[in-house]
Amino acid sequence: MSKKTKKWQAFMERNRKSNGYLMRKTLFNIGYKICRAVLIFGLCFLIVQPLLNKISLSFMEEQDLYDSTIVSIPRHFTTSGYKLTAQLMKYWKALGTTTYISLLVSLFQVAAATFVGYGFARYKFPLKNFWFFMVILVIIIPPQTIMAPLYLNFTYFDPLGLVSLFTGKPINLINTMLPYLILCLGCMGLKSGLYIYLIRQFFRNVPKDIEEAAYVDGCGKFKTFYRIMLPDAKPIITSCFLFAFVWQWTDKFYSQMFLRKFTLLSISLSGLSDSLDTFLKNAGIAEQASMAYSSATVATGTLMTIIPLLIIYVFAQKGFVESLSQSGIKM
Amino acid sequence: MHKKKRKMTLAAKNAVAGYLFILPFIIGFLLFMMVPLVQSFRMSFSEVNIAPTGGGFTMEFVKIAQYNKAINVDPQYKILLIENIRGMLLDLPATLIFSFFVALLLNQTFKGRGFVRAIFFMPVILSSGVIVGLEYNNAMLAGMKDVIQETSNSSSITTVLQDMLVTEGTQAGDFFGFIFDLIDHVYDIAIQSGIQIIIFLSGLQTISPSMFEAAKIEGCTAWECFWKITLPMVSSLILVNIIYTIIDYFCRSDNEVMEYISNITIGKLEYGLSSAMSWIYFVCCLVIIGIISLIISKKVYYYE
Repeated sequence: MSKKTKKWQAFMERNRKSNGYLMRKTLFNIGYKICRAVLIFGLCFLIVQPLLNKISLSFMEEQDLYDSTIVSIPRHFTTSGYKLTAQLMKYWKALGTTTYISLLVSLFQVAAATFVGYGFARYKFPLKNFWFFMVILVIIIPPQTIMAPLYLNFTYFDPLGLVSLFTGKPINLINTMLPYLILCLGCMGLKSGLYIYLIRQFFRNVPKDIEEAAYVDGCGKFKTFYRIMLPDAKPIITSCFLFAFVWQWTDKFYSQMFLRKFTLLSISLSGLSDSLDTFLKNAGIAEQASMAYSSATVATGTLMTIIPLLIIYVFAQKGFVESLSQSGIKM
Repeated sequence: MHKKKRKMTLAAKNAVAGYLFILPFIIGFLLFMMVPLVQSFRMSFSEVNIAPTGGGFTMEFVKIAQYNKAINVDPQYKILLIENIRGMLLDLPATLIFSFFVALLLNQTFKGRGFVRAIFFMPVILSSGVIVGLEYNNAMLAGMKDVIQETSNSSSITTVLQDMLVTEGTQAGDFFGFIFDLIDHVYDIAIQSGIQIIIFLSGLQTISPSMFEAAKIEGCTAWECFWKITLPMVSSLILVNIIYTIIDYFCRSDNEVMEYISNITIGKLEYGLSSAMSWIYFVCCLVIIGIISLIISKKVYYYE
């Protein structure tokens, strides 16, 4: 008698003893698992499908787009779409600039948010709740509300009339990177409030004993922060940094406002279909790109924009998710 | 005789240190939030003129003319605003239920859980900023495809069902229409609920398993466990998620109202009008958050 039949017999025996309860329960469990697997597969497919769709579109030649018999596998496989898109987006230059700016910006943002988050979490000072409410307010206020005056202020940059005192007229900062970096240092960049909140949440959960031990041993306040608390907070800081990097990478709003002089991926991506039209017009091929063709080009451009992010995500997936779920978000 | 130097108390020292740490925020807030906010408030009551020779700008007080213009004169703004709020109110429950459901699924143990989690959190990264806006163009293309399919006389089960269930006018018909609306943009909902899933998941993981064990021994079914343990334990996170979802919806870069305001600011240089519009928008946003969180916070159960 084989092992399997033996097991089956034992199972039937136990089933008989429980008046069929075991059988019902096992069947229910198997059914539940199958349902769950189908559901999870479906939801995953829902999320991944647009990406797959874009990949297949990006390899198609133009005639494939109009062929209704072609759904996902291109008949005329080509990589010319990538070449054209790279040319239109000035891809390599934009990639370099975007990496550089995203790194710089997220570094500034997270550095500032770490200081502020630490201050809110570990010290008692008057008006603390008031200031923290202001942090929440910063998260809530749509940046559009303050954009117009901020834009004007940086265009005619003149704090306290000092600049015009020396040079005669206010300087225009809008075409440099400076305004945005200043904003980031002042915790007013893209989603800075959120990073402050998350980092504060993390530092609040660190036991007080560690800090006190450091003080007793004669460690100063800043040194305690720098030597004791900061190494502890590596996961949450990494995670905030990753988010800041990724969100800055794809951001259009702030980039359009403050970084218009730079060739950024997000900006050239959003203007891609227009530049395709101009390209076709100049080359004398067509007055305007057809809708299908322009959307295929945009799909290629989107893919090329997110490929670096996807690579980062594959390697740092834990950094994105785990530390966030550990930080214990509470009201 | 030495005069005894007055030393700061420990509390005072701590206060100074605390203020030093949050100094970047205070400076940033006052300079780049408070000042522009006040300025934009003033702008919204005035006509802003840019001086042609690059010597700054002037403001002319015009009372509530800009608000009047935004609401009564501008052809699109009011419609966009109402549509936007309606869309948010529809999306909010759907996003919450979806993310809670997915968090429950992902909290269970099964093979390949890490992989599935990675896929579900991918939208957090891939659907931000400029990419969300582009997704809409694709939706337009998909819409065209639908039209083509409809004319070619092929009908699917869902369309037949929709035709049967959605009848204009009756209450049940409206309800089903609402449901089909939701089903139609389930992709949008899945894409925007990444952070909410993480938040719910972190909440579910903090519930101690001993609580479920005790309940099970007392004869609680899984259904009862869900309503009596899981839901109350994550109820505070529901509030967090509601607020996050609302803010996210209002501040998303592909938000039509936002885009409209940006266009008026950068494209038409009508700073006064755009300030008035964004103030209306901000106040709407604040009022909705206030009302909803007031209602929900009454129901929240705090464990500690």
